[in-house]
Amino acid sequence: MSATTWWALLPVAVVVLGFALRQHPARVVLVAALSAGLVGGLGVLGLLETLGNGFLSVRYLLLIVLALPVIAQVEAHGLRALAKRLVGSWQGARPGRLLLGYLVLRQSSSALGLTSLGGHAQMVRPLVAPMAEAAAEQEPGGADAAEREQARALAAATDNVGLFFGEDLFLAFGAVLLMQAFFAERGIELAPLEIALWGLPTAVLAFLIHGSRLLWRDRQRSRA
Amino acid sequence: MTLAPLYVLLGSYFALISWRAARDRLRPAAAARSAFFGILAVLFLIGDLLPPALAGVLVVALAVIAGWGLPQQTAAPASTRTDPGSARLLLPVLAIPALTIALTLILPHFTLAGVAFTKQSAALYGLACACIAALALALTITRDQPDRALARGGDLLESIGWAVLLPLLLAVLGTLFAKAGVGDALAQAIGSVMPLDVRWVAILAYGLGMALLTMAMGNAFAAFPVIAGGIGMPFLVSVHGADPAPMAAIGMLSGYCGTLMTPMAANFNLVPVALLDLSDRNAVIRAQIPTALPLLAANLILLGLLCFR
Repeated sequence: MSATTWWALLPVAVVVLGFALRQHPARVVLVAALSAGLVGGLGVLGLLETLGNGFLSVRYLLLIVLALPVIAQVEAHGLRALAKRLVGSWQGARPGRLLLGYLVLRQSSSALGLTSLGGHAQMVRPLVAPMAEAAAEQEPGGADAAEREQARALAAATDNVGLFFGEDLFLAFGAVLLMQAFFAERGIELAPLEIALWGLPTAVLAFLIHGSRLLWRDRQRSRA
Repeated sequence: MTLAPLYVLLGSYFALISWRAARDRLRPAAAARSAFFGILAVLFLIGDLLPPALAGVLVVALAVIAGWGLPQQTAAPASTRTDPGSARLLLPVLAIPALTIALTLILPHFTLAGVAFTKQSAALYGLACACIAALALALTITRDQPDRALARGGDLLESIGWAVLLPLLLAVLGTLFAKAGVGDALAQAIGSVMPLDVRWVAILAYGLGMALLTMAMGNAFAAFPVIAGGIGMPFLVSVHGADPAPMAAIGMLSGYCGTLMTPMAANFNLVPVALLDLSDRNAVIRAQIPTALPLLAANLILLGLLCFR
């Protein structure tokens, strides 16, 4: 293992150290970008061009901002209180139980390729998180600020788990096609169905692990 | 299909937010907030016309403002009503996913001015059109003026603050990492310290390598070619005779376990922290680790069982 190989790991060390020391993410990125430019021998102009071109090609990531006026407008007219009232009419509502239902919906719709049925800005902030929070408040003894935050964080986590381990079962999903192309280049022909099917055991386990965690959380809370 | 019209639409919105921030001197750091959204507007409106190096300078300026100029966290805008609104308020929220899905399925069958929609452009045009239609619906239901909704959306965006920029910055960083050969170095480092001619060591190196490199780059797609090419093909398939199909699928999913545990996957793990007003920056990652670690262990066992039947 040569010194240049270890040298190439410098940007990773910057990122790990930066996040571990809880530095501001934007500052971590700047320093890591500088070190990657240094390691890659890009030069100042090359580094700036890579940053510019890279940024322009991922601008689509911000299109979700177009949903914010809609969300903010209905929130200003009482959407979150409405979401809480909906939960209030279900006596047995508990955060874990409620989020288990959302996990079923999110994972199964993602497996059918309908990944836009969820999402943090469009679904979790206006509906799922307030509902989980309201369910936490209904638990015996109510919920303090930390427990309400925890319910919201769990709502976001459930959205991610459902999305990640649902979409990989969808045949036309980018990851499946990426893997197929990778092996085709190396002379191994794989069918998308074959790759998607081998994702099934992990998808089932993801559901079982996260689902039992959600129910376990309710149980622990009711005993406390 | 070019995304330029969508970028002009979003760029104009950023320009509006920048203009509002400049006029509103009551809140802190008016100049920094205005400059931040002003630069974003430039990059969206005329980014393709700029020399790439100048665009790069603007990206660095954005990162500097985000890192040093913007307030750490502005309070989320208070909801003006705390009593439950009409149940019809749910309609615009549900219209966004419903219309996005419908348009994503319909648009690829059409061409606009002789240009066909790709899968990605259909999804993005679908999302944008769905948001505009949902906004019209929301304004009808709440009997309000568009400028009020745009202002409220701007306040919400400002409360998310610099976190909106992170997914883009980290995606760019991933590109830089690839150029600097970070992934290959990590694959080599793993290969040089572990005896990969032992089957179970190779399995561990492959599965853990996918998770670790995904955590470093923030993206399992970027990690897959490196680890599958550096450890999977030469050792698991060629030396040990693994079945490539389960190796690929379960390897990618080991990477996803890494995605659940890294701040580098900003749009999944950091943006919701801002959106949900969580005080701990790692709250979402913390909520995911107890799922991600057992699942990663299960993946390593599955790799051993299913690749060598």
